Amino acid sequence: MSDVRAYEPKGRRFETFSYLPDLSPEEVRSQIVWLVKQGWTAAVEHTAPDGLDSDFWHLWKLPMFDVVDVDKILAEVVECRERNPGHAIRLIGYDRFAQSQGSSMVVYRPQTLH
Amino acid sequence: MSKNGYEAGVRDYRENYWTPDYTPNDTDLLACFKITPQPGLPREEVAAAVAAESSTGTWTTVWTDRLTDLEYYKGRAYHIEDVPGDDNAFFAFIAYPLDLFEEGSVVNVLTSLVGNVFGFKALRALRLEDIRFPLSYVVTCGGPPNGMQLERDRLNKYGRPLLGCTIKPKLGLSAKNYGRAVYECLRGGLDFTKDDENINSQPFMRWRNRFEFVAEAVKKAEKETGERKGHYLNVTAPTVEEMYKRAEFAKELEMPIIMSDFLTMGFTAHTSLANWCRNNGILLHVHRAMHAVIDRNPLHGIHFRVLSKCLRLSGGDHLHSGTVVGKLEGDRQATLGWIDIMREKFIKEDRSRGIFFDQDFGHMPGLFPVASGGIHVWHMPALVSIFGDNSVLQFGGGTLGHPWGNAAGATANRVAVEACVKARNEGRELEKEGKEILTEAAKDSPELAAAMETWKEIKFEFDVVDKLDFKQQAEGDRI
Repeated sequence: MSDVRAYEPKGRRFETFSYLPDLSPEEVRSQIVWLVKQGWTAAVEHTAPDGLDSDFWHLWKLPMFDVVDVDKILAEVVECRERNPGHAIRLIGYDRFAQSQGSSMVVYRPQTLH
Repeated sequence: MSKNGYEAGVRDYRENYWTPDYTPNDTDLLACFKITPQPGLPREEVAAAVAAESSTGTWTTVWTDRLTDLEYYKGRAYHIEDVPGDDNAFFAFIAYPLDLFEEGSVVNVLTSLVGNVFGFKALRALRLEDIRFPLSYVVTCGGPPNGMQLERDRLNKYGRPLLGCTIKPKLGLSAKNYGRAVYECLRGGLDFTKDDENINSQPFMRWRNRFEFVAEAVKKAEKETGERKGHYLNVTAPTVEEMYKRAEFAKELEMPIIMSDFLTMGFTAHTSLANWCRNNGILLHVHRAMHAVIDRNPLHGIHFRVLSKCLRLSGGDHLHSGTVVGKLEGDRQATLGWIDIMREKFIKEDRSRGIFFDQDFGHMPGLFPVASGGIHVWHMPALVSIFGDNSVLQFGGGTLGHPWGNAAGATANRVAVEACVKARNEGRELEKEGKEILTEAAKDSPELAAAMETWKEIKFEFDVVDKLDFKQQAEGDRI
């Protein structure tokens, strides 16, 4: 049994990419590049920790229809984060043809959620 | 009697049922059969016989034929074609008018198309290769109770394949031990666990006890991880009444998903269960036990792409599809063909994938293909590349067989799938760089590193039994 390791609970997780180390700003950027390349519409959502379980987080402005400038999208993520300290931030790619989200990932969470 | 226009006796089938000049209507149901006739019989006659025996015909003329508009109701063999690489067999294309089938009943379609004709003496073997269901028939069927898009919205899981695991050993665990295995998998990062297909309600674990302990496991794992989870509770039962009882109890326990074995249960029971799921907002996972009896012989039976179409019409939110890379039979191109049938709105004829007809599913939701059977973390790059995001990847032994247990096995798979998706999105080629991608991810995940070490030697490299009948020039063979 000495080879068997005890499982370290991972604590609260946040769906896609939450079992990987936190995405660096460059890594978030490349996910946005991909999202835009799929023809999806980027959107930013945020919530205080007590709202994590809901389907509906606060929408940050409106989804960025027709915006393909990756830096512009990244800037919205940063602004949302600055304006909502202590909130978790989620980046979404709306796929209007599938009537769904092509991607959705938590790109920032406050220290209390680590 | 001939002066009355009725002549008793036996006539060649081709006089009525071979119609090479016929152009199929949009509303016709079309079928492609691979026919191996008894030696010496002309192809047109055999194709016409299959058309007749699967529609209006019987072996002899009967006077009551003259009371119906036989010209309208008959099935028509309208085209025959060589099977590449097989001199004995040929493909026959048959068109059936829509009125031959009860609306919304794959049961009725199958009883006609794969009924008595499969025992017909003039044939050595017969295989139903494909069916084109006209859109006007598709819309009479219920289809998937929820569909992929709704399932993602309910479970809040986007942009990646979903992960599952079948609880093992298949048989013999007590309900509480079983619940323990479920809990460990789910808390480790899987989205789903699954009853094995033959777990129903055996003496060692009655269904009600299993449902209760599993519900506890699912709820605890959800609370702990903050993610939504499910366990496919198999409600397959000896009777339909018992099936409903189990489904109702799963709902009472607020479980998001149940499961059926659609072939052993039968299409009537399965379609009713799909309707129940739609009415109750519960997802339906579908296992295909018994399919290989029907679909594996390349000359006789029903191709799996037909079973997939029938299941999509009958209703299901997940269907096992084979893995291409694991322990079970499945050619890559053919598998890509039938996973398209499960997921896409419109599937174009593509002989290189074994698709004989255009198929329009209209507004009918798609369902998730489930890759399950003998797969582990090393297969992950290929699986993500082959199946894409809209799939459920299920690692049974590949989760439970982890040297540190289920939770670590689950984490290993979750890290691996996320690493592959992330790398793909970054523009990397999964099937080329798979090893590097996994090795990098394992630096931050001892669970993944241990899994990679455990399964590094295992491969499943046998040739497939059922190969596609296709060569590059196949189009030129059309007559």
